[in-house]
Amino acid sequence: MSNSVRFFLNGQIHQASVRPDTTVLDWLRSAPRLTGTKEGCAEGDCGACSVLVGQIDGGEVRYHAANSCILAMGQIDGKALVTVEGLKTGELHPIQAAMAENGSSQCGFCTPGIVMSLAGLAAANPQADDEAIHDALAGNLCRCTGYRPIVEAARKVVAAGGATITGPHVAAFAQIEPQPLLSEGGAVFHQPASLNELLALRSEKPDAILLGGGTDLGVALADYHTDWNEVISLGSVRELRQIRETDNHLSFGAAVTWEEILAHVGGYYPSLATLIRRFGSTQIRSMGTIGGNIGTASPIGDGPPALIALGAEVELASLSGHRFLPLEDFFLDYRKTELRPNEVIASVSIPKPKEGQEFRVYKISKRYDQDISTVCGAFSIVREDGQVRSARIAFGGMAATPLRATEAEQVLVGTDFDERAANACADAIGARFKPLSDWRGSAEYRLQVASNLVERFRRDVAGETIEVMAL
Amino acid sequence: MNTDAKIVQRSIVGKGIAHDSAARHVAGEANYIDDMPELPGTLHAAFVLSPVAHGKLNGFDASEALAMAGVVGVWSAKDVPGHNEVGPIHTGETLFAENIVDHEGRVIAVVAARDFETAYRAAKKVKLDIEPLEAVLDIEDAHRRKNYVVPVQEVVDGDVDAALAGAPYVFSGKLKMGGQDHFYLETHIAYAIPGENGEMLVHSSTQHPTEVQHHVAGILGIHANAVECQVRRMGGGFGGKESQPTIIAGAAALIAAKTGKPCKMRLKRRDDMAGTGKRHDFVVNWKVGVDERGRILGLDAEYLARAGNLPDLTGPVITRALTHTDNSYHIPHARFVGHACKTNTVSNTAFRGFGGPQGIITIEAVIDTIARELKLEPNAVRAINYYGDDTGDTTPYGQKVDDNRLVEVTDAVLASADWQQRRAEIDAHNAANPIIRRGLAMMPVKFGISFNLTSLNQAGALVHVYLDGSIFLNHGGTEMGQGLFVKVAQVVAEVFQVELDMVRISSTATGKVPNTSATAASTGSDLNGMAAFKAATAIKARLTRVAAEHFDVEEEVIIYREGRVHADNRSVSFGELAKMAWAKRVQLSEAGHYATPKIHWDGKTMKGRPFFYFSYGAAVAEVAIDTLTGETRCLRADILQDVGSPLNPAIDLGQIEGAFVQGMGWVTCEELWWDKAGRLRTVGPSTYKIPGSRDVPPIFNVRILDNMPNREETVFRSKAIGEPPLMLGISIWLAIRDAIASIAGSVPQLDSPATPEAVLRSVREAKGKLNDS
Repeated sequence: MSNSVRFFLNGQIHQASVRPDTTVLDWLRSAPRLTGTKEGCAEGDCGACSVLVGQIDGGEVRYHAANSCILAMGQIDGKALVTVEGLKTGELHPIQAAMAENGSSQCGFCTPGIVMSLAGLAAANPQADDEAIHDALAGNLCRCTGYRPIVEAARKVVAAGGATITGPHVAAFAQIEPQPLLSEGGAVFHQPASLNELLALRSEKPDAILLGGGTDLGVALADYHTDWNEVISLGSVRELRQIRETDNHLSFGAAVTWEEILAHVGGYYPSLATLIRRFGSTQIRSMGTIGGNIGTASPIGDGPPALIALGAEVELASLSGHRFLPLEDFFLDYRKTELRPNEVIASVSIPKPKEGQEFRVYKISKRYDQDISTVCGAFSIVREDGQVRSARIAFGGMAATPLRATEAEQVLVGTDFDERAANACADAIGARFKPLSDWRGSAEYRLQVASNLVERFRRDVAGETIEVMAL
Repeated sequence: MNTDAKIVQRSIVGKGIAHDSAARHVAGEANYIDDMPELPGTLHAAFVLSPVAHGKLNGFDASEALAMAGVVGVWSAKDVPGHNEVGPIHTGETLFAENIVDHEGRVIAVVAARDFETAYRAAKKVKLDIEPLEAVLDIEDAHRRKNYVVPVQEVVDGDVDAALAGAPYVFSGKLKMGGQDHFYLETHIAYAIPGENGEMLVHSSTQHPTEVQHHVAGILGIHANAVECQVRRMGGGFGGKESQPTIIAGAAALIAAKTGKPCKMRLKRRDDMAGTGKRHDFVVNWKVGVDERGRILGLDAEYLARAGNLPDLTGPVITRALTHTDNSYHIPHARFVGHACKTNTVSNTAFRGFGGPQGIITIEAVIDTIARELKLEPNAVRAINYYGDDTGDTTPYGQKVDDNRLVEVTDAVLASADWQQRRAEIDAHNAANPIIRRGLAMMPVKFGISFNLTSLNQAGALVHVYLDGSIFLNHGGTEMGQGLFVKVAQVVAEVFQVELDMVRISSTATGKVPNTSATAASTGSDLNGMAAFKAATAIKARLTRVAAEHFDVEEEVIIYREGRVHADNRSVSFGELAKMAWAKRVQLSEAGHYATPKIHWDGKTMKGRPFFYFSYGAAVAEVAIDTLTGETRCLRADILQDVGSPLNPAIDLGQIEGAFVQGMGWVTCEELWWDKAGRLRTVGPSTYKIPGSRDVPPIFNVRILDNMPNREETVFRSKAIGEPPLMLGISIWLAIRDAIASIAGSVPQLDSPATPEAVLRSVREAKGKLNDS
């Protein structure tokens, strides 16, 4: 039995008889010979392979940029795929025209990917300012131009009111409803629509890959290092796509993307929003999910330290019921978690800010955008009359798992967080961790920075401008 | 020399015309080699690379790979019918390892399969029998062992020992500077198509089609006339595709010859980064003698360059480092020594600047140290050492600096950057802010234009005029995004005074223009532009005779304007004139050849006039650094660059901006990192960080020096632009030093790249001095 992937390809319904774990990039460049989309790195970091993926969201079709090199064909079933070849409708799309006129390409190899990212921006955010333009470009590397003419082309299009993507109407998506099961060439791709279906599948097939956005798992796929013979995709499970807000909590279904989370947290935790904006790139954030970020249990993931410091709780679900854990208890060891073979991550819930709470998360990396943390430090204190009542501090990049610095937290409690308290806290951090040395930084550097971040936090909450990127 | 360059009314040259492929780039319609339609039966290839840095290769077992469905074969050194050689200069640089693997990523064998994925997977299934040997991974360790790939080079002028002995002040230092991966967006690729009678057509992403042609012929054991190499465009080159493409094209051609089928070889990014060369990392130890004003009396500098496992282009890279250690400064007594250290790491190669950046960052570190030691303003120390009447105008390698624009460019950039006011503001900021420090720096660049090796400074072009007046242009230069094709087309259109779209740009092909030099050393438009200019003017001279005869006037009366040829108030279209010429059996095709005049170089004495002329530029950079984390940001950069009379200022502007940002990457975020076993662990953009759009200074003022035609007779008096502005990125590193120096007033100990970790280390060292004092 086979069941092809079905989607809109540049406006036309297309059925592709292809293994669902084939990457979209490889497929585009093979049979359809849509070669405008390029392979630059095959790890989701350079953006030369960027395409737009459209789906219905809030009653309208919304497009987001995605890295086709780490996107499996199964993941676009039921969606609309737009490539650089489909952007032009007779004449050049405004971003294409602006880039061609503006000297925005030199060798041209990164250009189609940049066109797609900026076309995505021009459709989603016609009021984009320079920061939003850089956010849109963070996932696209150009080695020739120095970016100035690319940014200028984007400014021109935004100043002219943005530009829309021509594609299928909402009603047309009814013809390509996501299919529960895709299968071709020995690979199966399940797309359960409800949590019950998901839990039944999970229990029946505990070895199947649980796929969120695939931004981590897809890297091995793009390197032909693995096959996904059986996948359970979470993207169509309606309960996992929910965002709920109560008086005291924000709760995100495991399959909610970081781009969606970004839209909800800024009002409560601006520092968290700043971190999320540095989380991969627009392409990665549009695919990557909060459940995947936690489930993959990377010691250098940026979500967990922030979420742990915020006191987040994770909901695990199986056919036998639901259980809730403080996030820090979810991580057991390097890439080992509490998740049982019949369980899935259902949701993550974050407490809303309390009176007197100060939360900051600092990501230190070689490059500001689209980099992996050398150290990520998250700090949360609640003060009453100037005195610290409670503190939560967590780090990424400092141990085999994201880790709380409980002794350092205790040092702060009861103090008025003056320089002396900050120094004591920094010392406690220095004593807590034994990080590794690697290409992102030596153990010595990691320890030094982790300790120094306490002083940054102290000055930051006192109102000082303390980051070079804020200048 | 043809005087036409001076009298032609410029209507096309000098205009900021868009890149010829811009509209196709943005539409995804510009085809790179991997986008070409594949011929039926095309095979795909992948390398088997050494996982160890050094070892004895006893053999390999490919049976598992060969058993995979779709795998066609595995080939290695013993299968090469001709010479197993790919070195650009030296012999003994093999395509496939023979008995020894001498770096991680060393090519051992190549696997072909019916599709790319199968070939790549199969290559990983080849079992290698390697007996590990001790690996030398460190430059200084190689130097101690006297492991070199080529003999030492020395530029010596005067008596540096006496100068240092007599100098009122002597300072010394050691600087480590990292390498740099090219990170062209298109990885290496070649597509070899066998023809009849042993012929081989090779599409290669190469800056040097002639080298690919000759090495493919050598590998296959056939004459060069049986091989044609073509390249329409590359997805970036930056020097990385100067000598390295022979490895990829050689393997693809070998498979094509062995199987009789077309073979495409494309490197995955990780294989490209592990298996091909990069910019040389250097360690330099220097000692300078100065007087109390900071005037340099003598400079002794010893460079240790990481050659990697092979010479490749290390010799000439060191030559350029030694001939750029003076940068803009007159050094009366000099001894610059360069060792090519052999390590068990991938052989380093050409990279935009080609040793120049390593030489220039060294002298700038020296100047900065002098100023801080003597408590002088660094720019004042620069100014008193500039080449000029007060100092001298002869470089340590014997070339006269007779086109000096240093004072013009540096004064102008200091003024436009508002130096004095900002210097005061930054000092005030630093006095009040212990955590975020700011820094400001200016630097000049003088860069020599020409290949050091005189014989490489030649080029050919082929121009045809067809009977409809359309023009076909071919030349030996390759297009890697730098806009060479449009510039040369502008030159030809200018000569004939026709619309630019009447000139057809075509793929570089060794069958059309032979024996070319690499498109490198910034010389692309100087050499190929002039060759095309000569070809076009030769045809034009013949056409003018035909026109004069037709109108029955003197040749002087004939004027070419807006696609027509005029004699007073009569005219014919350019196409009509072409038809007339054909009817009179006049040749409408010409092969132009150009050899750069005036240059000579003695590689033994390291003296001569290697450079036709110098290009000048200057930059001011402002940074902020975080003394808690070492993070840095460039807040503003002001650049002024000399391009003579530009052929295309829009293209040149793009080159300046792009080069500066690439230079910024070299000195800040781009770090190559090997583990203790000698494995490069930064083999993709997730671990190797080139600048992104937000890293570009938010205030970025780039200007071209106005109305300054080249003193030398280059094509339309333009100047080269590819490399010089890269070195202006070093101003950011100097500004970071300035910010660190504000902590304790001491000389910063800062290596390059100034990653957050390197900066924090330097900051802590400075704070330590502050506490000691």
